[in-house]
Amino acid sequence: MPNMSLEKVKMPEQAPDVRNKNFEEVALGYTKEQAIEEATRCLNCKNPLCMQGCPVNVPIPGFIEAVVAEDFEKAYEIITSENALPAICGRVCPQEKQCESKCVRGIKGEPVSIGRLERFVADYHMAHAEAVTPDIKKNGKKVAVIGSGPSGITCAGELAKRGYEVTVFEALHKAGGVLSYGIPEFRLPKDLVAKEIANVERLGVDIETNVVVGRSITIDELINEEKFDAVFIGSGAGLPRFLNIPGENLLGVYSANEFLTRVNLMKGYKFPEVPTPVKVGKKVAVVGAGNVAMDAARTAKRLGAEEVYIVYRRGEDEVPARAEEVHHAKEEGIIFKLLNNPCEIHGEDGWVKSIEVVKQELGEPDASGRRRPQPVEGSNYEIEVDTVVIAIGQSPNPLIRQTTPGLDTKEWGGIIVDENTMKTSKDGVYAGGDTVTGAATVILAMGAGKTAAKAIDEMLTSK
Amino acid sequence: MYKILAKETLNSAVELMEVEAPYTARACEPGQFVIIRVDEDGERVPLTIADYDREKNSVTIVYQVLGYSTTKLSQLNVGDYIHDFVGPLGQPAPLHKMERVVGVAGGVGAAPLYPQLRKLAEMGTKVDVIIGGRSAEFVLFADKFKKFCDNVFITTDDGSLGIKGFGTTVLQEQIDKGVKYDECIAIGPLIMMKNVVKVTKPYDLKTMVSLNPIMIDGTGMCGGCRVVVGGETKFACVDGPDFDGFEVDFDSAMVRQGLFKEEEHQCKIGRG
Repeated sequence: MPNMSLEKVKMPEQAPDVRNKNFEEVALGYTKEQAIEEATRCLNCKNPLCMQGCPVNVPIPGFIEAVVAEDFEKAYEIITSENALPAICGRVCPQEKQCESKCVRGIKGEPVSIGRLERFVADYHMAHAEAVTPDIKKNGKKVAVIGSGPSGITCAGELAKRGYEVTVFEALHKAGGVLSYGIPEFRLPKDLVAKEIANVERLGVDIETNVVVGRSITIDELINEEKFDAVFIGSGAGLPRFLNIPGENLLGVYSANEFLTRVNLMKGYKFPEVPTPVKVGKKVAVVGAGNVAMDAARTAKRLGAEEVYIVYRRGEDEVPARAEEVHHAKEEGIIFKLLNNPCEIHGEDGWVKSIEVVKQELGEPDASGRRRPQPVEGSNYEIEVDTVVIAIGQSPNPLIRQTTPGLDTKEWGGIIVDENTMKTSKDGVYAGGDTVTGAATVILAMGAGKTAAKAIDEMLTSK
Repeated sequence: MYKILAKETLNSAVELMEVEAPYTARACEPGQFVIIRVDEDGERVPLTIADYDREKNSVTIVYQVLGYSTTKLSQLNVGDYIHDFVGPLGQPAPLHKMERVVGVAGGVGAAPLYPQLRKLAEMGTKVDVIIGGRSAEFVLFADKFKKFCDNVFITTDDGSLGIKGFGTTVLQEQIDKGVKYDECIAIGPLIMMKNVVKVTKPYDLKTMVSLNPIMIDGTGMCGGCRVVVGGETKFACVDGPDFDGFEVDFDSAMVRQGLFKEEEHQCKIGRG
């Protein structure tokens, strides 16, 4: 008999006024007992709608059934048959918009907490199982993967499992892409990212850091000189957008990428123990309201800022960040200044002094379907701040498209692919993740990496 | 890990290292730079490429021992390894054959200027160079430049070598003498490059400068290296590092260079 409780088993978290002063993980994960209790809420539907909501088709009821049976290793095997990075997905997937949004238990009450269960299974495995190196027969074919973020790592892992010799080229000194430089420690611990990547390396994937494809070597050279049979581009959306308002080059204005990279990749929160500094001052304005903006705001708070504002030109209903992230941010004391559009950053002696905003009201829906913000005449006012972080989105890095003849891209820079195979306009070259879609989610990028791996395998097998 | 093949002390503040770095050595062109991390947890430091040897898979870097990371780098010796070394980064300098070009180097700026002028000379361009330094020991690469430059002018602030004064004085004299230059390439501290532009602009003598702002990744990701060129914000790492000197807003670049003055751990293209 299933557990008919209408609510999810709560997951323990650090208290807001404690966690906003440290970089430890916010959510602490289920205990064994909590996981089993939550798992018994699953009805094990004959037609599991949850799976339709999963971009990588994890056999959700199957793994949950194994959790109920306390066979956590079996649950892990079931998840990893389709998803190479479960500890990461269990933490950063927007389950409320994917698997959990389809769960029948969600019609009356809360859906089964699939994400928390996935996280539990992955963490249990990491804590208890020995790392094994599988014996895979090589097929003698070589594939190059550009970028070691979610799409690249997934594509590499899938191809390695099928016997391909895979080399991943990473521009930075550390693998993981956005998982390493972008998502903060308190949401996704970096030792866990390292472990998930080590799992993929154990499949035989070779990761070469410090190689900037487009500069150190081009895609044509990889194919013609290094004799790779196929190339997958998963170079992400790394180019930060700015507002193009006066004062944006003042000292104390960062792109979210710079701010988060200093803290996450370069461990700036440990300065001067590590040599890369980051400054926040007492008051910080983060412009934008997506997940990256929430990450930047919560990071600024943890670095000691007394007042941290989210400055966003649209309203509450239009906030693009996950509800959970907004909830966590508010709990931690982040102040939301919605319907406020920045128009100028004022400075003193070269440093930021304040950000001037214009109040907005919502008009008719625009092209994005969201109600268009319109300025309220004469409503300008200044918010005094020491630091401004611009978190209004990123575009694909232009390096690869500039150095790869025959690779078609959209006007805004995204690589054009056939969505069924992720094949680009260039023979033997595939692409997926944010470099195709623009900034999106980890799981969508992983799904694209997986689709591409399957198509690359089919293409090379039929050759 | 990247092996140090040779190391040389150029003066009391500047050192040179030849490093085994196959990817950079095979692809680099004059004007480009690298980013290094001395050790695990080290900061990312941009450094200019002073030379490269495609046969030996090696790249020569020149750096000023200035802050935390360059001091750590300086403690390494031949046979030791640098933890990370990535490149080439930035756009190659837009070099083409011209009649006569003048290079102006300030301090460590001589190092990145050297491969640019050498390439121009190889293309058949006549090259003059003006090398400036605080005192005699800070005048770099004079012998190297002499191999392909028609005229090598040396200036020092204290007069301990060559002409007492600044490179701009010599540049002005050359122009006044009627020497026709098609282009000027100036690399050195921001204030020096700004002053070179003040000399060349009235004559509409095209002047390329090389910027070395604070940066982290060097691939266009952080935007920390943004500079105003021609009224637009550019990223020095991917749009540069070489820009038209007439278009560069030097004053805002000088302000941005001061971001971590307090912390004194600036990422610099080691040419202070």
